[in-house]
Amino acid sequence: MKLKFDNEIFWLVGGVLALLLIATVIGQWLRLRVKSEGGQKTIVNLNARTKAWWFMVAVFMAAMATGGIGSVILFGLMSFLALREFITLTPTRIGDHRTLFWVFFLITPLQYYLVATNWYGLFVILIPVYAFLFVPLRSAMRGDCERFLERTAKIQWGLMVCVYCVSHAPGLLFLNIPGYEGENGKLLFYFVCIAQLSDVLQYVWGKTLGRHKIAPHVSPNKTWEGFLGGVATAVGIGAALWWATPFTPWQSAGMSLAITFMGFTGGLVMSAIKRDRGVKDYGTLIEGHGGVMDRIDSICFAAPVFYHLTRYYFT
Amino acid sequence: MTGLMVFLAKLISGANARWLGCVPDTRQRIYFANHTSNLDALVLWAVLPAEVRALTRPVAARDYWSTAIRRYIADKIFHAILIERKKPTARDNPIEQILAAMGNEKSIIIFPEGGRQTADEPVAFKSGLYHLARKRPDVELIPVLMDNLNRILPKGEVFPVPLIGHVTFGAPLKLLPEETKPAFLGRARAEVMRLHYL
Repeated sequence: MKLKFDNEIFWLVGGVLALLLIATVIGQWLRLRVKSEGGQKTIVNLNARTKAWWFMVAVFMAAMATGGIGSVILFGLMSFLALREFITLTPTRIGDHRTLFWVFFLITPLQYYLVATNWYGLFVILIPVYAFLFVPLRSAMRGDCERFLERTAKIQWGLMVCVYCVSHAPGLLFLNIPGYEGENGKLLFYFVCIAQLSDVLQYVWGKTLGRHKIAPHVSPNKTWEGFLGGVATAVGIGAALWWATPFTPWQSAGMSLAITFMGFTGGLVMSAIKRDRGVKDYGTLIEGHGGVMDRIDSICFAAPVFYHLTRYYFT
Repeated sequence: MTGLMVFLAKLISGANARWLGCVPDTRQRIYFANHTSNLDALVLWAVLPAEVRALTRPVAARDYWSTAIRRYIADKIFHAILIERKKPTARDNPIEQILAAMGNEKSIIIFPEGGRQTADEPVAFKSGLYHLARKRPDVELIPVLMDNLNRILPKGEVFPVPLIGHVTFGAPLKLLPEETKPAFLGRARAEVMRLHYL
């Protein structure tokens, strides 16, 4: 894989930077204007989020500028950190220690090695088949049977969500789409943009107009107004970005709908896990956002679906 | 070397310090914590701010830290106070050694359970903490909870698993007048355990 850099990618990058600039200006303006204590708290958090976005966008673009391999490594690191947060929250026992060692230091890097070498056949089954069998086997050899199935399921699920699902995002770089050779960087950019924009827009619509909660027990901040407004806006933006993708405007709108819908379900499921464990965030690594997992929960669910839709219909 | 060690400790343990009952300070303190992992002393020491860390010495078992590499780390990086834990005698009295090493400005880190434990809750504290509290009433006793470190590097394992640990610092504890040894040690242990729920 060798990525080309054309004018379109500069338009995408320019668009994101312009958006961040606008968000920064609005954040500062709100800071001066909003007086109520609750409002101030929201604004401080909003500005911390925007600041973290500058950093995340810079890292994402630097990785992209390497021509692909940097993006694979970046997503690999995100998987590693997300899995770390996930396993920290889910109780395992000392009997799982060596299993976890292999999970972190062999299976996770191996999955990304398969992405980078474009070994599709093994890439899609390494974790659901081989890691699935290996995890209980290694733990059973240790001889601790207490809550065995539960512990095994937690580790397997952590691997699936944090590593397997996320690895489909850099996998987009290796899809062989006729007429789009060397342009896959834009496809990854498009995917991450829509998934994250949809989160941000649902947050914005929810904060401004949100009244009716969708799932008050799971995620009190998710409202119907936020969901519908966010999805509609993100799909609109997705359709408008069709020129950067192998899709027509209508196809691009459909793809964006799939990404935003899956992203929403990812946020909901990962929230349910947080509620079960009694925490608000997965970690503290990204100021204003929480942990890495809090930021990529939408990508976890959207990446495999977007990957396979594109692979099935466009390659 | 010290910088590298601190960096590695923070990287592996992902540990962040939560100062709930006190703030970092260079005054003389005794940090006492539960002990479940070989990483405990290293991580507790590493999460202290640099100027506090420079004045803080972990107390460690001489029998464990006697091989060449460990000895080097204990002496040159940690400036550990190595004590005899198996057979303390009048001539080889750990309390006297600790007091001498503390002098008038050094703080120390001790693990009053006397060794690494595998149970969920800390076992009964040994009496050293009580003797130190009696001899040095001017020094602050800070309870510290080491959380999740036993999952990162449990007893008997060589390779760490990179989970996220937490180090929580509680409010200073004082030996009350007339307080008996078992009562004080029980209270100290309860203070460490209480940090779980804060």
